[in-house]
Amino acid sequence: MSKKIVFASMLILVLAISACGPQAAPTQQPPAATEPPAAGGVKELNILWAQWDPADYLQQIGNMYEQETGIKVNVVQEPWGTFGDRFFTEMAAKGDAWDMVVGDSQWLGQGATQGHYVDLTDFMVSNGIADSVTEATLTYYGEYPTGSGKYYAFPTEGDADGWAYRKDLFEDPDEMAAFEAEYGYPLAVPETYDQLMDIAKFFTRPDDGLYGVAIYTQKDYDAITMGVENTMFSWGASWQDDKNNVMGVVNSPEAIDAVQFYRDLYECCQAPGLSNAFFTETNDALISGQAVMIMNYFAFFPALVNEATNPHAANTGFFANPAGPNGSRSAALGGQGMSIISYISPERQEAAKDFIKWFAQENIQAEWAKLGGYTCNKNVLQTDEFLNATPFNPAFAETMGFVKDFWNIPIYSELLEVTQRELSAFIVEGQGTAEETMNTIAEEHDKILTENGFKE
Amino acid sequence: MTSMSASPSSSRQRHLSDRAILNLFIWPTLFLLIAMNIFPLFYSLYLSFTDYSAIAGKIPVWIGVENFRNILNDEQLWQYFSTTGRYALLSVGLQTVLGFGMAMLVREKFRGSGLLTTLILVPMMLSPVVVGLFWKLMYTPTFGYFNYLLGFDNPGLGPDFLASSWARKPVPGLALWAVVLVDVWMWTPFVMLLVLSGLKAIPDYLYEAAVIDRASSWFQFWRITLPQVAPLLLIAILFRTIEAIKSFDLVMGMTGGGPGVQTELIAVNLYRQAFLGQFRTGPASALAYIILVIIIAISNLYIRYLNQIRGEG
Repeated sequence: MSKKIVFASMLILVLAISACGPQAAPTQQPPAATEPPAAGGVKELNILWAQWDPADYLQQIGNMYEQETGIKVNVVQEPWGTFGDRFFTEMAAKGDAWDMVVGDSQWLGQGATQGHYVDLTDFMVSNGIADSVTEATLTYYGEYPTGSGKYYAFPTEGDADGWAYRKDLFEDPDEMAAFEAEYGYPLAVPETYDQLMDIAKFFTRPDDGLYGVAIYTQKDYDAITMGVENTMFSWGASWQDDKNNVMGVVNSPEAIDAVQFYRDLYECCQAPGLSNAFFTETNDALISGQAVMIMNYFAFFPALVNEATNPHAANTGFFANPAGPNGSRSAALGGQGMSIISYISPERQEAAKDFIKWFAQENIQAEWAKLGGYTCNKNVLQTDEFLNATPFNPAFAETMGFVKDFWNIPIYSELLEVTQRELSAFIVEGQGTAEETMNTIAEEHDKILTENGFKE
Repeated sequence: MTSMSASPSSSRQRHLSDRAILNLFIWPTLFLLIAMNIFPLFYSLYLSFTDYSAIAGKIPVWIGVENFRNILNDEQLWQYFSTTGRYALLSVGLQTVLGFGMAMLVREKFRGSGLLTTLILVPMMLSPVVVGLFWKLMYTPTFGYFNYLLGFDNPGLGPDFLASSWARKPVPGLALWAVVLVDVWMWTPFVMLLVLSGLKAIPDYLYEAAVIDRASSWFQFWRITLPQVAPLLLIAILFRTIEAIKSFDLVMGMTGGGPGVQTELIAVNLYRQAFLGQFRTGPASALAYIILVIIIAISNLYIRYLNQIRGEG
């Protein structure tokens, strides 16, 4: 009996291993139809996105589409923590659970090279969609590889880092006079990072429980890297040059100075307890009255103008990233683009394209912006209606002109792990110097990129 | 009436044989065991020898022991193992001492002792993630309870445990101690519970005999209490050591492994490699097997020692 059971168990095990083993990916994309198939038979479209307010706004846009065309649109929302895992495991199984995904900008490399996303280049160019959005958003939300002119996503939810501040403190006559007496120029929204540092130092008063800033420091995923990028890019530094070289680029003098600035800002003026801070913690620092200026993605600013959640709502102002030492301005990119899943039928792909074409129209993008979505449409961004809709929209529109992103190649997360570890160690823990930190990052990035064939 | 009129042969047909019942119980269980445990165990062992990503859509490529070689040559990973070792040693050590002490205290019956014992057990019934997030708030220097209870009113002058700093100056290791403290708060009751059951099982006549022989309290503890409780205490230590080596949720909720790599335990790094956009399934499987081997080795040492104690007993 026992021998039979053991034998049967082993047999099941062997069969299971051989049956469940991964299948080789087809080397070819699904065959392209010579004539675009009609999308008439499709009655429903499913879009995967993270669980947050903009996904609710997209559902409302979807409801409008259903009213016009009779095609139901479902926005499937997945919590942020499992959004990526759920999407990529479904893609590994070549699943067709969703027709479209509003995916992170950093997923573009994986989506494009692993065949998950449909190439939208011809569709977006021939329909004028590529020209309708700002250049930077088209590059970072839609294009892969960068500069190739090949598009895999329609820039849907623009987002980037900006700042919120306490207007009442900035406009207080006593504070203004004291600041001017100490620094020799009027207290106002900072135009440069040096001014931002002065203001942060001026308002840092531990005895009053008041601190100059709340900036990103979280190590878990990508927050501290995104925070540091704001200064790095504005200092004129980058993660790579045109040939993906990192040595001498990541550890350039500008990058080292920018990282040192971020560390100094953290050391002098960060509200205590924010050693692992991301969007919730920085917003909370302003709401609780601890921080005078906070860094955050624009997508999280609606909570700050809501009097139900922020007692300082009426006194909260917003500004775009100030300029670095050489005058250039840049902001770390957030946000997502809408891609079509390649594993759905050609009919469904056509129906999904029809939806994107409809969604990209200027009047629909205006509706999207009115609901609270962050449009990337360059005309809508400049309309008075958009600029006056919320106190942070002018800063957002300004920022969308100078956004820049981290790597979006398939191995971005390996590169990210290095930056998170090293930047957290230097900025929060105070280990080593800025130069040592950036040298380590450059060396490790160089090794990872070389091993994975992204540079010679 | 119907059953009485039924023939003996039809009655036999309605009843399952012993062998059929045996198969009915064994096979579904065996199938589930193979599907849920045995298959993933063997499959991940196979993957640990391959270059494979669960999301790449490519078949695993056999690379022999390269994943294991890379892990064993990675200084960063050794640092994570070392941090995990320190964490396990500190947290299990403190839990053992405090758990034993608390069990001795609540051993005697007194008014409200049942209620007190139940209250002491509450922390281990909570979710580690919830505990981590609550303690993160309690450690906050500005409005958290912890600094307030320690007497630090000015957040700029007191400790910021999770930032591993004191008065804004770096204090290496402070964040790890902060996480250890929470683990001790949460799991000391578990050690206490096991030790308490051991204490209650010690026959009174042993102590009576010792008293007649005029044995001191220390002698009674050293020669009666400790040896009698030792098997259960070792089981508690074994369980807690295994859990400490695997510790993930508490750390992730409190520090995310930071600042820097101060609280980057090996299980946290394993999660980072296996998920969080990386999906390096092959190397992550190899790392998981190395952790498994370490846990089995430590468990064997404990069990050998436990058997030794039982043999002497």
